Amino acid sequence: MQGRRQAGYATPQGTTQDTPYGPLSICLHWLIAALIFALIGIGFAMRRTEIDPALQFSLYQWHKSLGLTVLALAALREIHWLFARHPQPVADLGPLERQASRTTHVVLALLCLFVPLSGWAVASTSTLAIPTLLFDRVLVPALPLARSAAGEAFWSLVHAGSAYLLLALAALHAAAALHHHFIRRNGVLLRMLGRPAAGNAGRPDGTRGPARRGTRR
Amino acid sequence: MTDRTGSMVARITLLRTMLVCVPALLVTAPALARTPALSEAAGTYDISSASQIRFSVDQIGGGGIRGSFGKFSGAVRIDGRRIGASTVSFTLYPQSVSAAEERIENFLRSSAVFDAATYPTVTFRSTAVRQTGADAAVVDGMLTARGITRREQFAVRLRQLSGGTIAFNVTGNVYRSRYRMDVGTPIYLNVVKFDMDIRAVRR
Repeated sequence: MQGRRQAGYATPQGTTQDTPYGPLSICLHWLIAALIFALIGIGFAMRRTEIDPALQFSLYQWHKSLGLTVLALAALREIHWLFARHPQPVADLGPLERQASRTTHVVLALLCLFVPLSGWAVASTSTLAIPTLLFDRVLVPALPLARSAAGEAFWSLVHAGSAYLLLALAALHAAAALHHHFIRRNGVLLRMLGRPAAGNAGRPDGTRGPARRGTRR
Repeated sequence: MTDRTGSMVARITLLRTMLVCVPALLVTAPALARTPALSEAAGTYDISSASQIRFSVDQIGGGGIRGSFGKFSGAVRIDGRRIGASTVSFTLYPQSVSAAEERIENFLRSSAVFDAATYPTVTFRSTAVRQTGADAAVVDGMLTARGITRREQFAVRLRQLSGGTIAFNVTGNVYRSRYRMDVGTPIYLNVVKFDMDIRAVRR
């Protein structure tokens, strides 16, 4: 639309319309979100003590495969984020909100890398030495860490702690998106759904000023 | 050391028996004549707790599960005149499994593998014994685990025969999927390798 250099990424100078994210950003965002949702569900289920042991084993393997998938997708997303242009922050954000938004996004992005890595560290330090066979197909080597009960306990704690932090921030992120959509009626949620928000609720909620490298993903 | 001495004793016994059996060779089938060591061992034996029942399951990328069973019982009856008529019966208690760590042991005892609470024993009853060498035989039999019975085969080698004690090494591969114990495949291989040092005392 309107001479965009790369669909969805660059807002031409002077355009006052909110533009959606590009298809790659949108796909990665929702795919990672769905996987994290599944991983948290599996993570809770597999740690239950009264679970069927065979099911538990299977859930652990799914958790490892899906977690490593998130790691790969998150790495791709972060690389893309560094090089692609982003929509501008919506106009009605105050300085504090903008700072909070930026911090949340950066920490979320880092956790999407760190949580899977710490999980990989659990599998790599566990004295059970259960191989990681990605989707029963590809053998993934262990990280170069020593196997010990102490190492496994440490990384399990780090993995759980960082996963809870990720869960809390994702909830905050989702709540903020819903708040923007339903209360402030701007295009924050819609542009991550691939739709330009112009005319949404009849508010002038487009971008402001010349297009630069955005601060929001 | 004792193993080697034992096998030497067995060989000497074998030679001696062969010499004794020379006249018999003229009248009996050669297959029977080639059974001296085992025929020397004729008798009924109880498997002693000094036996070692080891197993291993390899995992992808090297390593695997190694373990053993501490509680078992069984009897061996060697028919001196007709080795093929010999019998073996063996019972092991999967609850007694030991492995590198408790988590593995608990998993093996659980409903995922042996389901030791529901099926407290794994049994083997021989159906055929075939001699394959002077001190070796192949034993066919029915293995029952988790309530499922399948035909399995084990290779037996006589290690030692002294006084009332007999020692065998028994090896065999069992596909665990046949007993609905294929949890963890393909990360852990389907085949369970048994390597057992059986010691038995004459009744």
